[in-house]
Amino acid sequence: MNPRPSRFDRALFFTGLAVLCVWTLLPIYLLALGALGGRDIVSQWPKPFAPFSVALDTLRTFLAIDGVWRATWVSVKAAAMTMVMALAMGVPAGYALARFRFRGSGAYRILILMTRAFPVAILALPLTVSFIRLGVYDTPFGVALVHAVLATPFATLVCASLFMGIPREFEEAAWVFGCSRFTGFIKVVLPLALPGIAAASIFAFVLSWNEVFAASVLTVRQRPLTAFLLSVLSESPLHLQFAGGLILIVPSVLFIFLVRRRLFAMWGIGNR
Amino acid sequence: MREGRLLPYLLIAPSVLFLTGLFLFPLGQTALLAFQQGGSWGLGNFHRMADDLNFGDAMANTFKVVLLAVPLQLALALAMTMMLRQVRRGRDILVWIWSIPLGISDLAAGLVWLAILTDQGWFNSALFQLGLISSPQAWLTYETPLALLAAIVIAEIWRATAIVFVILLAGVQLLPKEYEEAAEVFGATAWQRFMRITLPLLKPSIQTALILRTVLAFEMFAMALALGGRNFPVLVSEAFNWQYQSQDYGVAAAYAVLVMAISIAATLVYLVALRVPAEQRA
Amino acid sequence: MASITIERVAKSFGEVQALAEVNLTVADGEFVALLGPSGCGKTTLLRIIAGLEAQSRGRVLIGERDVSDLPPRKRGLAMVFQNYAVFPHLTVFENVAFGLRMAKADKARVLAQVEKAASLLHIEGLLKRYPAQLSGGQRQRVAVARALAVEPAVLLMDEPLSNLDALLRLEMRAELKGVLAQAGTTTLYVTHDQTEAMGLADRIAVMHGGRIEQVGTPSDIYDRPRTRFVGGFVGNPPMNFLDLPVRDGKADLGGMTFPVPAGSGSQVLLGLRGEDIVPASEGEPGFVFTLRVAELLGPQFLLTGSAAGGQPMRVVLPAGGTLPPLTPGTDLRLKPDVARLSWIGGDGIALEQRS
Ligand SMILES: Nc1ncnc2c1ncn2[C@@H]1O[C@H](COP(=O)(O)OP(=O)(O)OP(=O)(O)O)[C@@H](O)[C@H]1O
Ligand SMILES: [Mg+2]
Repeated sequence: MNPRPSRFDRALFFTGLAVLCVWTLLPIYLLALGALGGRDIVSQWPKPFAPFSVALDTLRTFLAIDGVWRATWVSVKAAAMTMVMALAMGVPAGYALARFRFRGSGAYRILILMTRAFPVAILALPLTVSFIRLGVYDTPFGVALVHAVLATPFATLVCASLFMGIPREFEEAAWVFGCSRFTGFIKVVLPLALPGIAAASIFAFVLSWNEVFAASVLTVRQRPLTAFLLSVLSESPLHLQFAGGLILIVPSVLFIFLVRRRLFAMWGIGNR
Repeated sequence: MREGRLLPYLLIAPSVLFLTGLFLFPLGQTALLAFQQGGSWGLGNFHRMADDLNFGDAMANTFKVVLLAVPLQLALALAMTMMLRQVRRGRDILVWIWSIPLGISDLAAGLVWLAILTDQGWFNSALFQLGLISSPQAWLTYETPLALLAAIVIAEIWRATAIVFVILLAGVQLLPKEYEEAAEVFGATAWQRFMRITLPLLKPSIQTALILRTVLAFEMFAMALALGGRNFPVLVSEAFNWQYQSQDYGVAAAYAVLVMAISIAATLVYLVALRVPAEQRA
Repeated sequence: MASITIERVAKSFGEVQALAEVNLTVADGEFVALLGPSGCGKTTLLRIIAGLEAQSRGRVLIGERDVSDLPPRKRGLAMVFQNYAVFPHLTVFENVAFGLRMAKADKARVLAQVEKAASLLHIEGLLKRYPAQLSGGQRQRVAVARALAVEPAVLLMDEPLSNLDALLRLEMRAELKGVLAQAGTTTLYVTHDQTEAMGLADRIAVMHGGRIEQVGTPSDIYDRPRTRFVGGFVGNPPMNFLDLPVRDGKADLGGMTFPVPAGSGSQVLLGLRGEDIVPASEGEPGFVFTLRVAELLGPQFLLTGSAAGGQPMRVVLPAGGTLPPLTPGTDLRLKPDVARLSWIGGDGIALEQRS
């Protein structure tokens, strides 16, 4: 903002930026070294900082462990179901909040915001009993149900603000030219909100993919990847733990990359 | 337009039913479980929770992590946000890099820092190459409680500063630059502008970020397990153990109630301390 | 048959009363312009007819059918929105085709109708573009084309030409009128622009404060305003209003007396258009007008000054012909055209009779 910062100030500034980038990326890089560095790296001392050999055998060994693939698959299923549920409930509710003024909308907002003041995953504890009774205990669906409690309010608020950003007139024009409320929504609102909705659903997916507590509490055999890793933490060798960590991280990093442009909009809104 | 009477209720009905069944109902259930023992009401579960050996440690550890990590995260995130404002080119890539940890679970973050801080890990390797140590050092054991705490706080900062950063950046982007420019015209230095203009205007975002961050910090447990194993009990990991190892749902529920009570208390504190009077809203 | 009948329609938004009580009939194939100041309720009325807003009271009929409870899509009309509402995610072609697609028109008809509407509005070259790549005026024309393409029986237009340059507006105006007359479309057309209303409409409805003050042919509205508001709102310069004392059924304007229709008290308001005033020749009766400013506006002079005890007055005189000296400060002797006087009572409404 000031006319011309001195050269020293600028150097300091860019150093700061670089340090922050290194601080964020270096740990991931080192984990990747540990996971991909080959068989020997675990016992190597001191450890190298450059990737002398990239071998996939650790990763392969990890994936060969009984149950890893299955856990990954359970995670994908649970995350996909979470995403679908969050959208199926969040999109209509968001539309209601954005387009109608109705008695009880305030109470509804409070219900949604309440889910933020509570560590929701902990509610998995009492749910075990009911889940066993309902036959959804130890299923990806059961895990997804709890994750959807986390993801639905988020999706609702994001959708509400997306829809609020779309002028009513577009919909009204659609109605005048022959659309019902539903077809108008499909033909006009949805296409305009789609990028935002896509980002919100990716977030729902990541949220479920990463969640540990409820996933651990609600499963025994059909464990999602996080719960599986946690349960074998104490008995598996380090390099396999690193491999598991890397597998957990990679999709998240990609997802964040996909939604990077919408990050603020979403967190700005999603947490108001 | 006439159909509009019922429609909103139909639209929110699924989520209301869902949240009632899977949020409000278990919330009540947790309370019931916690305050009941053998069919009668009482604080028995809480007594057993408090009498447990690990309880004091878990409580202390949880609070130490939260009280150390959250303020540092806020400061770091504010610095990142303010720095990013000055950046012209390459903002996109910076934002992406800085928000990567947003997508990383506490378990994965624990594993990341385990790779670095384990005996033969990269931290020790670096120290060795700098000639500071001669053989692998243990940092994450019972004998090094301070180092273990530091490790967990650092890992927590590494993982969760991104959320604070993104929320603050979202807030900053809504602030018109004119306010600061006006202050600059009236002779405020950069630091004064930050303290007197930007920071107060950012209060709502800071509040949101702190609430979310603190609630999540109280929930953290997988990272503690990954880094410290049983050496670093926190409240939620105790709940987990009571439920799993001891199969004592009452005490687990008591822990849950405790964590929720603390979270709500923290939320309320933030709501009051950082409230923006209505007449000051832009 | 697609007339529009609005019966005692009222609308409140909470505390705000947007429409007090509106009655209006637009005959089948008629073109009615809705004229009124900003915020008087024009858009609200249009939206109620379209079914986008529910009236608080009254009903709306299209043809013989009470449409008050029908959703917009079942009312069989098209609308041009004040802020266009051109769908940003569709090309211009798809925007114009939108209504036809909803009506499941076949391909050939869609193509033919879109081309017809596009050429009428001069947007043939833009059909492949997206609205974000258009100027405001172009977007507005897309909105009009979208409404015309469905060949509706009833067409509602909310200031559809407001964003065009003067030349284009003139051209569009003429073409619209031709097309709509030929198709026999019942049209309700909101505008701020009096000349547009005068030029286009079969009848004009002047709205003010949520009411329709007067409905009539353009010359009715111009020559015989029913209320003080209409006289003051229509015409440029607006009608002059002079407060005159009444004695023995006659009003006194600076020595000239005029018979006043029954119903006035001791005071009456005389409405007098600036162009209905001419200089009085020697010996003729006249009133005194004190000139303050004289402006030459093309073919005529606009004189601003005062008369009848310092009341403000504007007079329009043709620039040709013999004129008195127009030095500021001079007193001119003028006389009104007695056949074109409007008399308005204390309630702001014209007295029944006109001289
Ligand atoms: N949704 C609403 N809520 C509250 N008041 C409204 C709403 N819509 C319109 N109004 C009010 O109703 C009155 C009439 O508004 P309307 O839009 O019909 O005016 P208009 O004649 O179309 O004006 P303009 O020429 O500026 O477009 C205004 O006072 C306006 O403030
Ligand atoms: Mg309007």
